Amino acid sequence: MPTVWGQLRRTLIDVSTNAGSASSDLLVVGGGAIGLAIAWEAARNGRSVRICDPDPGHGASWVAAGMLAPINEAHFGEDDRLPVALAALNSWKSFAAEVTQATGQPIGLREEGSIVVAYDTDDRVATDRMRLFHASLGLTATELTIAECRKLEPWLSPDIAGGTLVEGDLSVNNRALVEALLRANELCGVEFDRRHVSAIQLDTTGARARGVIFDDGDHANADVVVLAAGTWSALVQGLPAQVVPPVHPRKGQILRLRATAEQPQPLTRSLIALVQGSNVYLVPRSNGELVIGATQEDRGFHTSVTAGGIWELLRDARLVIPAIGEMEIGEMAAGLRPATPDNAAIVGRTEIDGLLIATGHGRNGILFTPLTAQIINDLIEGRAPIAQA
Amino acid sequence: MSDGLKTDPLVIAGREYSSRLIMGTGGVDNFDLLSRALIASGTQLTTVAMRRVNATAGVSVLDVLRDLKIDVLPNTAGCYTAAEAILTAQLAREALETDWVKLEVIADERTLLPEPIELVTAAEALIKDGFTVLPYTNDDPILARRLEHVGCAAVMPLGAPIGSGMGIRNPHNISLIVEGAGVPVVLDAGIGTASEAAQAMELGCSAVLLASAVTRAKDPIAMATAMRLAVESGRLAAGAGRIPVREFGVASSPTQGRATL
Ligand SMILES: Cc1cc2nc3c(=O)[nH]c(=O)nc-3n(C[C@H](O)[C@H](O)[C@H](O)COP(=O)(O)OP(=O)(O)OC[C@H]3O[C@@H](n4cnc5c(N)ncnc54)[C@H](O)[C@@H]3O)c2cc1C
Repeated sequence: MPTVWGQLRRTLIDVSTNAGSASSDLLVVGGGAIGLAIAWEAARNGRSVRICDPDPGHGASWVAAGMLAPINEAHFGEDDRLPVALAALNSWKSFAAEVTQATGQPIGLREEGSIVVAYDTDDRVATDRMRLFHASLGLTATELTIAECRKLEPWLSPDIAGGTLVEGDLSVNNRALVEALLRANELCGVEFDRRHVSAIQLDTTGARARGVIFDDGDHANADVVVLAAGTWSALVQGLPAQVVPPVHPRKGQILRLRATAEQPQPLTRSLIALVQGSNVYLVPRSNGELVIGATQEDRGFHTSVTAGGIWELLRDARLVIPAIGEMEIGEMAAGLRPATPDNAAIVGRTEIDGLLIATGHGRNGILFTPLTAQIINDLIEGRAPIAQA
Repeated sequence: MSDGLKTDPLVIAGREYSSRLIMGTGGVDNFDLLSRALIASGTQLTTVAMRRVNATAGVSVLDVLRDLKIDVLPNTAGCYTAAEAILTAQLAREALETDWVKLEVIADERTLLPEPIELVTAAEALIKDGFTVLPYTNDDPILARRLEHVGCAAVMPLGAPIGSGMGIRNPHNISLIVEGAGVPVVLDAGIGTASEAAQAMELGCSAVLLASAVTRAKDPIAMATAMRLAVESGRLAAGAGRIPVREFGVASSPTQGRATL
């Protein structure tokens, strides 16, 4: 579980933990953004749904920055992912509206786009190369002069080398999202079982999922089981080796600053900066929070926050937005992205009847939340999914 | 005369490698792509930064190397003092059960150039502690000699700063290092494209170490293949005895031996 310093709001109301061998249509293992969105959609489709998670909503989905920026995730050799990422982005506005309509809770969707900034001329060469690559994929991004960058974002340092405006990008307050999804599930009668799942239970043939077994030996049955336990999905027992999803933890350290009376929120758009070859992003919230992320470290299930990790973020962020030096530190945290060997998500059916998997979303799990929920529910309902992640 | 196809192996501290291309993994987050690039490069020895990897962690770069049966060369990237580098090497030895280390002690973040005094200090201490030390060094023949004298198993001069892709900025110094060295010289850092890797081998280096040139290329697999071929052809050319450079042209087909039509 992520270690979080600072304030951690847990407004979750525990609706139920009726133990025993209860049964439901659908059982979702893991109540992160992915599991919560799947469960909610299924409940709206009229299914009886149970989410099993000892601490729903407080995995990677809580720690994340909430950038919804597929273009900046399109890397060389990974461009085959782009159509799916764009489909995910396209599903966001209506999804956000539905979540807010169902719960009355706003989730801070921002539509100002994002701005990519190069700090020095070497960085400029690198960002230009990416812009040309993106153009070759048919994506539009507008090259900006330094003056144009600073007209859009006046708190940007004059000491930058140039930028690019990406108009379609969005961002969301992922914590508000998680809280709204928890509420939406509650309102639809989804049951929360706050226990840790130790294994998926198969029938005697081993070809069909029956339900799950908890740490305490108790079990719950369901027609369909969805394994959506983020980076911990590979630790759930009971599955043949070839079905276990190849996810591993990729640690990210992230920082939340707060605007003060002396230093208001310095940004209106998400800022993605390349600073002397090092990547940093700053995501503004309307509540005055500025999220600065994130390191990428392969260090197993460790979630310690290190001086060096936070320093790198602050060093790079302060070079592009000097004014952040005046903001207050709200929180320093680290989370574990569910990473896969090829950076593509694992979403769909398995060779075991009644078992679906939705994990491996890596850096983009918030972006993929609505699309993955839709794909999984299309599969549950026997509809052809609109896209494969 | 040989058919030119069989080359002698690279020997460092008694270990033999038929590939003379040592790869780095810095900055890679797509393990699938990395493993395909490593295969294409033909490398048998690959260096991994110990700061960002936990050797006991689940899937990491180390698993990729294990699967491909590539030897791991832990490095001390990100260390600024001998003390940090020594500790990092010791942790790597414990975790990976290898006493080989690519020793990096960096002077500052901006240039990433080696800090020579800390480097020699750390090398001496690690060698005393039983390590096989391969130091990343400046292209300074005197410093290279000094590192050899304290017992380094190879010397690894830079062609240009790490990640700069500027190629070999001072080929003459590299030649001087090669001439003076009794241990293998590995050209480390600065390579941007295949011709520069070939040039390193032509200058007499025993091997080339590179990372970003492949991992940040648009097509890492094609670039890895190019680097493998370049290192091989540079090595062959170095041993083939190039013709002397002349000021004026000499016809390659003089009258003798011309076909009678
Ligand atoms: C620093 C950082 C920044 C990020 N920024 C962004 C961003 O800007 N945009 C973006 O799109 N993505 C971002 N991500 C990625 C995103 O956070 C993840 O991809 C996404 O949250 C994954 O969601 P999830 O539901 O699969 O996993 P999680 O949110 O980790 O949820 C998994 C849940 O499973 C539960 N669980 C685990 N094991 C069991 C078990 N055995 N039984 C029951 N429950 C179990 C856990 O308690 C947890 O609640 C970021 C990630 C990090 C770490």
